[in-house]
Amino acid sequence: MRRNYTVAFFALMGSFLVMYVVIPLMVILIKQLSDLEMLIKTLHDPLVIKALRNSLFTATATALISLLFGVPLGYVLARKNFPGKSIVQAVVDVPVVIPHSVVGIMLLVTFSSAILDSYTGIIAAMLFVSAPFTINAARDGFSAVDEKLEHVARTLGASQMKAFFTVSLPMALSSILSGAIMTWARAISEVGAILIVAYYPKTAQVLVMEYFNNYGLRSSRPISVILITMSLTIFIILRWLVGRKANA
Amino acid sequence: MLEVKSLSKDWKEFRLREISFEIKKGEYFIILGPSGAGKTLLLEVIAGIFSPDKGRIFMNGRDITELPPEKRCFAYIPQNYALFPHMTVFENISYGLKIRKTSKIEIDKKVEEISDVLGINHLLHRKPKTLSGGEQQRVAIARALVIEPELLLLDEPFANLDLQTRGKLIAEMKHWKKELGFTALHVTHSFEEAVSLGDRVGVMLDGQLIQAGTVREVFSKPASEEVAKFLGFENIIEGTAKGRILKANGLEIELPIETEGRIRVGLRPEDIILSLSPIKTSARNEFKAVVEGVEELGPLVRVQLKTGGVELRAFITRSSMLEMGIEKGREVYVSFKTSALHVF
Repeated sequence: MRRNYTVAFFALMGSFLVMYVVIPLMVILIKQLSDLEMLIKTLHDPLVIKALRNSLFTATATALISLLFGVPLGYVLARKNFPGKSIVQAVVDVPVVIPHSVVGIMLLVTFSSAILDSYTGIIAAMLFVSAPFTINAARDGFSAVDEKLEHVARTLGASQMKAFFTVSLPMALSSILSGAIMTWARAISEVGAILIVAYYPKTAQVLVMEYFNNYGLRSSRPISVILITMSLTIFIILRWLVGRKANA
Repeated sequence: MLEVKSLSKDWKEFRLREISFEIKKGEYFIILGPSGAGKTLLLEVIAGIFSPDKGRIFMNGRDITELPPEKRCFAYIPQNYALFPHMTVFENISYGLKIRKTSKIEIDKKVEEISDVLGINHLLHRKPKTLSGGEQQRVAIARALVIEPELLLLDEPFANLDLQTRGKLIAEMKHWKKELGFTALHVTHSFEEAVSLGDRVGVMLDGQLIQAGTVREVFSKPASEEVAKFLGFENIIEGTAKGRILKANGLEIELPIETEGRIRVGLRPEDIILSLSPIKTSARNEFKAVVEGVEELGPLVRVQLKTGGVELRAFITRSSMLEMGIEKGREVYVSFKTSALHVF
């Protein structure tokens, strides 16, 4: 058989980026395993546990809020043409191009003490940078649903709302949930905006930075490892659940 | 029952212009037109998915132009059938009943009844994407008919099927029509569907409904040259068949196949032979006819003939017209082969 050199070459080139992600992950995990004592100590640190709980809580709340507002917006973007639609679409994507520290400054300037150092502030910062994932995924999910299906549902007696909940939403659901998972993942990995808006209540990702600044690499590593393990586990399980549903 | 009054609509590259027609209860009305004529748009406006720019729609005398689709009690079957892919066949069929909050027992009963008629009760637990085109089509019809709609709207229901399935489904549709007695508006570009199923036909060209009437009227008297061109100049003879003989308005025509009941047969004008005296050929049908009119179309001549109560059109060359001295009022013999007849 003739070897396919082109694809082999491309695979070799592409694997650089895969390894670039995998290697640091492996290295930090392996290094930490050789320092189990520190890991166990960190796991018993109430400050760390509290911070992890804060991270989980705020990221989950962010994902839910982005669903509540992002799904209707995604539906409108998928179904309707209106003047200024491209502007709305651009606005949705704006958070991606703004540096996250600037996002923090903007939010603080706008909402000031209403969000300063509070859960609201953390969620506000997370929502700003991560909602686009849910909105765009919802839009793509609804776009993939043939409008004729809704039309048929309507002629069979369903109101527009009923057609949405019985046909469009169930069909777009796996796409929407994938988007929400991305939102959750982006939210739990957010630091820049949170640092500015709400240093307290302390989230795990901020705590990593604080430990690094105050006590150095050895102290910040175990929290990092715990955060990675937790995030990745949840991320993988959710993706697996959604994938299974999409194939059902 | 349904009355459409000077409907106009522009949408994307499609347009409707001053469309008016009427459908009576129990009637199977076919709108025949080439693709791009605006047939789908017309169905969608009638279904209430789009509102017209101008014109009104009446149902049993009530103005329904502003009613949303769910309040019209029509059932719409789009060309791709639009079965709900995330539901089983059973869930698809029962969708409209569930929306109407029908009891579970009643739903089971109705779904079973309609599935029996359409021959799909072995498919009820399957998902639509596992079905063949013909099966999907049946499910779509079942889903629409189970709610007992006042009017069934069908968009090219047989277009996506292979030839064999199509022929079979058209034959079955005739049967379902009789058994279930629904009223239907069916749009198609297929001449065969129109002649096989239509009680009445409308011809739609470029957004306009040019002509509407019984199948025989439309095919024997096309309103314009365009309509005639689109219809393909076919002669349609209607009559009662018994065995191999078709009795039509005093004529007894021998058929290529055995059949029973009211049927229509098609005969291409170029398959008709004209002669001044009876001829002995392999042609099996021969009748005396009177020339009703002559129309010159370049090298060809279209001759309008009347034999018994049946009107026929035939093509002959200009030179044979001159040779035979064919003119209005002249008596001639028409003959055609049995095999030239197409039984719908």
